[in-house]
Amino acid sequence: MTNWIDIAALDDIPQRGARVVKTSDGCVAVFRTADDEVFALNNACPHKAGPLAEGIVHGKSVTCPLHNWVISLETGQAQGEDDGQVTTYPARIENRRILLDRSFLRAQAAA
Amino acid sequence: MTQKLVVIGAGMASGRVLEHLFEANAGYDVTLFNAEARGNYNRIMLSPVLSGEKTYDEIVTHDADWYEANGVTCRFGEHVTAIDREAKTVTGQNGTVAYDKLLIATGSAPFIIPVQGKDLPGVITYRDLDDTNAMIDAAAKGGKAVVIGGGLLGLEAAAGLAERGMEVTVLHLMGHLMERQLDESAGFLLRRDLQNKGVRIICQASTVAILGETHVEGVMLEDNTGLEADLVVMAVGIRPETRLATDAGLEVARGIEVNAQMQTSDLDIYAVGECVEFDGHLFGLVAPLYDQAKVVADSLVDEPNAFVVKELATKLKVTGCDLFSAGDFADGDGREDIVFRDPARGVYRRLVIDDDVLIGAVMYGDTADSNWFFGLIKDKTDISDMRDTLIFGPAYQGGTPLDPLAAVAALPRDAEICGCNGICKRQIEDAIAAGATDLGAVRATTKASGSCGTCTGLVEQVLAVTLGDDFVMPAAQSICACTDMTHEDVRRMIKSRALKSMPAVWQECGWKTSCGCHVCRPALNFYLLADWPLDYADDPQSRFINERKHANIQKDGTFSVVPRMWGGITTPDELRAIADAADKYAVPTVKVTGGQRIDLLGVQSEDLPHIWADLNAAGMVSGHAYSKGLRTVKTCVGTDHCRFGTQDSTGLGIKLEKTLWGSWTPHKLKLAVSGCPRNCAEATCKDIGVVCVDSGYQVSIGGAAGMDVKETELLVQVATEDEVIAVIKAVTQLYRENAKYLDRIYKWMAKVGLEWIKEQIDNPQTRQALVDRFELSQSIYRKDPWAEHAADKSESYQPLANLALEAAE
Repeated sequence: MTNWIDIAALDDIPQRGARVVKTSDGCVAVFRTADDEVFALNNACPHKAGPLAEGIVHGKSVTCPLHNWVISLETGQAQGEDDGQVTTYPARIENRRILLDRSFLRAQAAA
Repeated sequence: MTQKLVVIGAGMASGRVLEHLFEANAGYDVTLFNAEARGNYNRIMLSPVLSGEKTYDEIVTHDADWYEANGVTCRFGEHVTAIDREAKTVTGQNGTVAYDKLLIATGSAPFIIPVQGKDLPGVITYRDLDDTNAMIDAAAKGGKAVVIGGGLLGLEAAAGLAERGMEVTVLHLMGHLMERQLDESAGFLLRRDLQNKGVRIICQASTVAILGETHVEGVMLEDNTGLEADLVVMAVGIRPETRLATDAGLEVARGIEVNAQMQTSDLDIYAVGECVEFDGHLFGLVAPLYDQAKVVADSLVDEPNAFVVKELATKLKVTGCDLFSAGDFADGDGREDIVFRDPARGVYRRLVIDDDVLIGAVMYGDTADSNWFFGLIKDKTDISDMRDTLIFGPAYQGGTPLDPLAAVAALPRDAEICGCNGICKRQIEDAIAAGATDLGAVRATTKASGSCGTCTGLVEQVLAVTLGDDFVMPAAQSICACTDMTHEDVRRMIKSRALKSMPAVWQECGWKTSCGCHVCRPALNFYLLADWPLDYADDPQSRFINERKHANIQKDGTFSVVPRMWGGITTPDELRAIADAADKYAVPTVKVTGGQRIDLLGVQSEDLPHIWADLNAAGMVSGHAYSKGLRTVKTCVGTDHCRFGTQDSTGLGIKLEKTLWGSWTPHKLKLAVSGCPRNCAEATCKDIGVVCVDSGYQVSIGGAAGMDVKETELLVQVATEDEVIAVIKAVTQLYRENAKYLDRIYKWMAKVGLEWIKEQIDNPQTRQALVDRFELSQSIYRKDPWAEHAADKSESYQPLANLALEAAE
């Protein structure tokens, strides 16, 4: 069962940018690409927990600001030589609003 | 039966004839006369010998072992006095030798202008090693030199003498330098570059007399200007040396007349090189001389071959200045010009087009594409389709990838790579296939790039194209995987094609990714805002987080906040405000930095706009401790308090910081001003340091105290604060416009050379233009980003939503 909740306007995040959503179990980073796609990932790099929301967004990837690990926004997988995985969450856009799946966020938090 | 070949003159042409002959095992018994007391050497390289870059031993092309191995009877240092065509003998000072075939290679003699005093001691020409050594000896005594003649030889002599510490003036009869190879604009650039090297140049100067009693003392010009001189170098031109041929009754016009087999009017006597005249042409460049040498060698072994005069391009390096000219570049009816100038880099290109065909080209400063242009001239290619972008060279034409290697790969097999030796791409490729896998081996087997060396880069590119990954190009790397272009290539494109947005760069430079990556985007953002301050809007999303949020990210995702303290000076009120802010936002660590200010570490992202607003209210602004830009200007207390201080170092530091703050630079920029040479502000390990002395201010650059530790090198000493500020603005702008992103000044300086930087700063016009461009940029960027973000962007520092609160309800 999905439980989409309206988080914010798409334009609250700049293109090739990100903002965080606080949850009871830490922060989720919400990314907006140049093509106006949105992705939601745990805001912690698998390397040293760097805040991914502060990274540079390019294509469908983000580069962690601490040590330049490149993380795929689609899969959460670290790219290139690096090895690691970030939890991803369902996210979509409707009428230029960003929606996240609350039940999924809760399920992750409970797991 | 072995035939006897006698060769008169051991120059570059005859040396090449003998090489071909021995390679063909022609079986000649050779006697080689040379008036100079030595054998064959590379005359083109006399200039590096004069300037001290090379020694004579390095430019010898054939040594005693080579002559011995090939059985050459050497009669060096012996003048030939007569040729007897009836008896078929040649008579030298030490005796007579018989010949079956004779080769005259007497070269040319310098033209001496017939003025009073031309025979005085201290008046020399510039033709051979003895002349070169005479100049080196004269320069060792110092003093003043006058070079008569502003052609290639004269300018090389002038630059070499200046390099050796003489005060040099060049007198040139015509309106601009090297008028046969360059048009007026290129001549102007050459003149400027030479003047920046300390050579004085007087054009339209007609010499009427050389003055002196027992030794040269001066030169008198037609307009009665007198110039002092301890040395006069006459380099007004050369004429074929034909005396022996004339005496022997051979047909001589301006040079010794030869047919296409290089035979003189006596078919057993050949002539080669600068002494010959063929079909009305005389020859001075090395390429046709080598062609002639091949024809002579073939004719001597009865191989059919014929000399033809080819279209010639001149590609020269005059004292470090690259220049190129080819074809006909005079103005004319129906001719169109395409001109490209980059004043900052001293680059000039002019193409002359007649009826959609390129007929002439002049290039100065950057001659990388000259072979391609020369090919268009030779082949009379219709250029109408690429007219719009023609001036930018082959890399910018149509669908061709923007890769210099692709341009080389696209060259046909018979494209000439080495003009001096007439080596085509095919010969280089064949040599590589036969096992020559580096530059040295290609040079050894084909001679490509072995004479003047200007095609070295091209030969390396042929190696790279042919060998692929097996050849490691000793060249710059591409910015990142998004592009094959180097930082330098991209900067050039941004400037030359006026690319003013990131998408324009991606498009025009063929980026392989949709929107770059974390490596290239910050670099491009900097290049664009540095080159187009008024047109380009800074892109925060292409900045590293520190520059996007104007604070330094820490390992736990919090930030550090450093307010500016101008020149390291603060007040009790500022300190109280900092203390209050530290309390209010529960700052865990307060630290004094190395740049004389205070760092508040551990601030949460959402608190940043608020702490900034508080600090702004106390009169403080961003310290840019996070930026690739102006960081701090560290100072000592100078004359205000210090008993050793020579100038107001604190005041100057504050002025500098107030004028430079907010500027973006390729990497961080740290300054310091010390009030005396005790250097308490440690100015000599900063990017730019000022050390005050009694007589003024020493401005030095290129220091570092990070991964590398470097001491600064002196840029200039000036007398006033205003000059210090102008010089520092200018050098900062020069760095901003030219350096690779993330190169500190010392790395940039290692690439362009302190001398080049000095030349730009020393030239008053260039300096002022740099200052003006810096001020233009500062009109946009000299402002406090904290105030702006606190007022307008505070919201973006907050979480997008807080679901934790909702869960708690």
